[in-house]
Amino acid sequence: MDFGDALNKALREEMRRDPRVFCIGEDIVLGVPFGVTKGLCEEFGPERVLNAPISEAAIVGSAMGAAMTGLVPVVDMHFADFVTCAMDEVANQIAKSRYMFGGQIDCPITLRMPYGIGRSGGGHHSNSVEAWFVNIPGLKLCIPSTPADAYGLLTTAIRDPDPVLVFEHRGLYRVTGEVGDAETLVPLGSADVKRPGRDVTVIATARMVHESLAAARRLAEDGIEVEVVDPRSLVPLDRATLADSVRRTHRVVIAEEGPMRGSTGAWLAWVIMEECFDDLDAPIARVAGPNVPIPFSPPLEAFATPKAEDVEAAVRQVVK
Amino acid sequence: MTPAPDRLLAMYAGMLRVRLFEERVRELFAGGRIPGFLHTSVGQEAVAVGVCAALRPDDYVLSTHRGHGHLVAKGGSLRGLMAELYGKANGICHGKGGTMHIADASVGYLGANGVLAAGCVLAPGVGLSIKHRRSGQVVVAFFGDGAANRGPFHEGVNLAALWKLPVIFVCENNRWASTSAHALSTAGGSIAARAAGYGIPGESIDGNDVLAVWDAVTRAAARGRRGDGPSLVEAHTIRWVGHFEGDPQAYRSKEEVAAGRRTDPVARLERLLRDAKVLDDAHAQRVRDGIVAEIDDAVAHAEASPLPEPHEALTDLFASYPWRD
Ligand SMILES: Cc1ncc(C[n+]2csc(CCOP(=O)(O)OP(=O)(O)O)c2C)c(N)n1
Repeated sequence: MDFGDALNKALREEMRRDPRVFCIGEDIVLGVPFGVTKGLCEEFGPERVLNAPISEAAIVGSAMGAAMTGLVPVVDMHFADFVTCAMDEVANQIAKSRYMFGGQIDCPITLRMPYGIGRSGGGHHSNSVEAWFVNIPGLKLCIPSTPADAYGLLTTAIRDPDPVLVFEHRGLYRVTGEVGDAETLVPLGSADVKRPGRDVTVIATARMVHESLAAARRLAEDGIEVEVVDPRSLVPLDRATLADSVRRTHRVVIAEEGPMRGSTGAWLAWVIMEECFDDLDAPIARVAGPNVPIPFSPPLEAFATPKAEDVEAAVRQVVK
Repeated sequence: MTPAPDRLLAMYAGMLRVRLFEERVRELFAGGRIPGFLHTSVGQEAVAVGVCAALRPDDYVLSTHRGHGHLVAKGGSLRGLMAELYGKANGICHGKGGTMHIADASVGYLGANGVLAAGCVLAPGVGLSIKHRRSGQVVVAFFGDGAANRGPFHEGVNLAALWKLPVIFVCENNRWASTSAHALSTAGGSIAARAAGYGIPGESIDGNDVLAVWDAVTRAAARGRRGDGPSLVEAHTIRWVGHFEGDPQAYRSKEEVAAGRRTDPVARLERLLRDAKVLDDAHAQRVRDGIVAEIDDAVAHAEASPLPEPHEALTDLFASYPWRD
């Protein structure tokens, strides 16, 4: 099953299980452009699969209104880039409601965030935006890399009583993998070791998990055994699994797609330092995009795209 | 008001240039020569050309994700545009922008936009600058019918109306916003009618009639230059092609597109010119041959141009940045 179908399965099952769950977003009846919501309207009808006008603030805002009063919305952001058009709703309203109102208000919203670089989408359709939200207290964030994780995390997100953003890298939708028939949830705050290894820990998210696995295969030929750890959710963060790995390998590379500055990786590096500074045998190395908007032209876009070679080079640097 | 025959001929050539340019771009995309998420304006030429024909060369345009036609109509260089669509180093934006993010400041084209309705709030600011400089220019903000449902449309129109800024809001209503039918996504049925709420003129016109577009925008521009404030023009047209290249168009019938083709804005003006004996076969052929030659030249130029060096991804971010970050 591919990553997109796994997300579709999660939506379908949750909508069957809980009549309060509904989907809202632009072009979701036909599931354009990524096909994730395809077929849901046929099964659940237009009252639970709401094709909204191009009105991001109203889409996200009304999802919150519905969530405050008993429904369970799943918002399709279309492209995560356009969350900027609903940033007040996400950052000031959804993230803060439970806290400011002293815990009275539940906000069980899931925001599906198709994001990421590729295919010359250019500056307005290619950004890795998860780091923006790391800096907003009150939001839970998950970022699957495999179909099974996509299924398990989205299901958990929908059942969570708090707002959860699910970052779906658009380059992963057609990646295939096993998704069990039984309901296999992935709890928030549980990292996964995607490949065991004794020499270096690579902490990577989403597409960079796959790039890191490719790098690990190449490095293994030179006798360097890389452990690839996927945090899967950034908030809450499974510090224990990350720290456990680092205590065994003593060397860390952190790989992400978005720009280097002020990023998820910068924060993870601090977490590692706080958890296991004394265990480190080398400075932490980071792989991330350059601090520029995503350019259009293929060679420029390729330059701005962190890849397996970059992970490989960073690993070689920390084992030197 | 009817423009003089030479202006009519220019509009005819202008629409044909947009049509043939977009059709060539579609072929090049299908052949893998042009990357990206491509939205073309085939069928909507009368809006781009009618609007730009009513503007001065120094007037400004803020465009959309479907913006090639606006730039061609505003007089942008086909070579620069084509090279940019190819992602070449000597494209107008050095390959940084591409189809949805092209600007050509030399002709007042202040940017296509990947974010819908974004131009609607930039327009009042351009209007402020025009007022400040007392330059007598106007600015056009293009947007789709779908984009009119975003907040920035309302905020931009209100601000421009409140401060009587020389802005012309031009809605290209092509009936669809991606897979969403206009009627199923837009309350009230009319974008033009929204102008009344802000106390400005709002006109609903046949956007496949280049003269109707030209006429409405000529009046709106005069109003803007007089200092009387913005106008809203809703031009009804039809997109003949997919929302993006590769769109299977499962949401609409083939008949709708066929009906659209019967309202072909280019053929319509051609008929008018032929009836008025301003255009004959030989002349029409010359016009077409000239445009095809221009496009061939732009394609040859783009093909021959180098791709940018990868590290050029790091340039153009600030006016200068000698630091290391
Ligand atoms: C703020 C924002 N939301 C969503 C999109 C995705 N999107 C791109 S084009 C489009 C439909 C636009 O419809 P309309 O404004 O009518 O213009 P048209 O494509 O018909 O020219 C959508 C939803 C976007 N680019 N920007």
